[in-house]
Amino acid sequence: MKQKKQLLETAVHGVFLLLGLITVGCVLLITVYLVLSGLPAIREIGIKEFLLGDTWASTAAEPQFGILPFILTSVYGTAGAILLGVPVGFLTAVYLAKMASAGVKNAVSAVVSLMAGIPSVVYGLVGMMVLVPAIRRIFHVPDGASLLAAIIVLAIMILPSIINVSITALDAVPKEYEDGSLALGATPVETYFRVSVPAAKSGIAAAVVLGVGRAIGEAMAVMMVSGNAPNMPSLFQSVRFLTTAVASEMSYSSGLQQQALLSIALVLFLFIMLINAALNFFLKRRREE
Amino acid sequence: MDTHRISGNRKAYIGLMKLLMVLSAGLTCTLVLFLAGYVLIKGVPNITWELLSTKPSYLSGRIGILPDILNTLYLIIATLVVVIPLGVGAAVYLTEYAQNQRLVAVIEYAAETLSGIPSIIYGLVGMLFFCQFLNMQTSLLAGALTLVIMNLPTIMRTTQESLKTVPQSYREGAFGLGAGKWRVIRTVVLPGCVDGVISGCILSVGRILGESAALLFTAGFAHALNGFFAGLGSAGASLTVALYVYAKEQGEFGVAFAIAAILMLLTLLINLLAASVGRYYKKRRSL
Repeated sequence: MKQKKQLLETAVHGVFLLLGLITVGCVLLITVYLVLSGLPAIREIGIKEFLLGDTWASTAAEPQFGILPFILTSVYGTAGAILLGVPVGFLTAVYLAKMASAGVKNAVSAVVSLMAGIPSVVYGLVGMMVLVPAIRRIFHVPDGASLLAAIIVLAIMILPSIINVSITALDAVPKEYEDGSLALGATPVETYFRVSVPAAKSGIAAAVVLGVGRAIGEAMAVMMVSGNAPNMPSLFQSVRFLTTAVASEMSYSSGLQQQALLSIALVLFLFIMLINAALNFFLKRRREE
Repeated sequence: MDTHRISGNRKAYIGLMKLLMVLSAGLTCTLVLFLAGYVLIKGVPNITWELLSTKPSYLSGRIGILPDILNTLYLIIATLVVVIPLGVGAAVYLTEYAQNQRLVAVIEYAAETLSGIPSIIYGLVGMLFFCQFLNMQTSLLAGALTLVIMNLPTIMRTTQESLKTVPQSYREGAFGLGAGKWRVIRTVVLPGCVDGVISGCILSVGRILGESAALLFTAGFAHALNGFFAGLGSAGASLTVALYVYAKEQGEFGVAFAIAAILMLLTLLINLLAASVGRYYKKRRSL
């Protein structure tokens, strides 16, 4: 009887251990699959031609697989989204965490969480129908589907992550810091920006890095507003991101073209891993503080 | 406070910062309200009973989104059925069993990594692994399994958080009465994490509803009307994928806006549900 119970306990322990390890298994699965399927094309094309080639003509008679336009578009697009989105998100977060009354805070927080829940294709659809024609009209360009449209859509889409993570960081600032500053004669607004924000800087950095990750990984909304031509990035030109390069050709690709798409995914994955490492660094530092 | 003592420069700084903060918060709210309003105004008039209750027919040139609604529902059910036991099990292991801190750190790092991976990469790996390697073809089941990996960290984290609120004394009491570890988990720990599982499910449903990039290559584009099990075995577009196809590839903007309005309303509903469930459990716990 006792032995049987012991056996059951060991078995249950084993099952839970297996379940616990499942996330590790998934990460390994994804990494191994991407590396194994991404490397052959890079080897065939040549790493320099692949990463630094500026022409992508995958279906031409003599196909060329240079993904520099995609890499630069992703980098510029993300940088632009951060440039536009971070100040707005950061200031909103300070307002909500420190100044707003409880009622305003609740209402705006509800709006922000709605924003986080809106599917990316809906952002894409509205971008396609409102933003793209607006850009065409305002800047007198032949087609509004451009890097600029993608940057604006991405800037809006990363707002909720930036706001939420920054608020968490600002809420965690010890009240004594602020009280000390107020007692020394600083006004509330000065206290928020010169004491609370520096105290929460790791958390705010984490918010920015999270925003970078979101922006660089977004595919569908960007696909609907960026025009999707493999040009070198320029604000008013149709461009293709790393994500949309994979998404737009995957369904009909084969052979070396498909393998090259998987290599693009591998490059994107490496970017994401770097960003994850940065995110973890900031979060860890926040916990230590 | 004697405000006359504050110099002009400081006053300007304070005023500017206040203005910028209010402008930013206002801009954020305006954007969301515009987005929601625009989608609802453009979409709701296009929602007809015929659209909701039929499948597309090339013969009569009619578009119906019933198959897409059902596909989305099947995806949600199949994903949750698989992900709940996995996520809860992983959380129980981490909070109840794990002794080795390094292992815990590795598992948590893996979970964080998973939540940072973009959905297009999940879609690709799902296609390579489930559709091709495991030979499931493009099917709702392959899509659902891909979504399982994506939502695993969510369920795991919410469950873990609610497990931490189960008082240690409950476990000690049960152990003291002679219960084995498994019995304690079954009778004391698991009932205590129901709220975490529920809020995790709500979050996951929201994510599944909004997911598109991961489903494009795993679940496909088909609009066939199927039962649950037949549906799992065959390709099918979710509402989001259908929206994308109708807007980007077929230029059917009326239908696209109708779907967008439906998605917007469902997102709103899920948010309200999540908030009220959160409030309910907070209230119950403080009693």
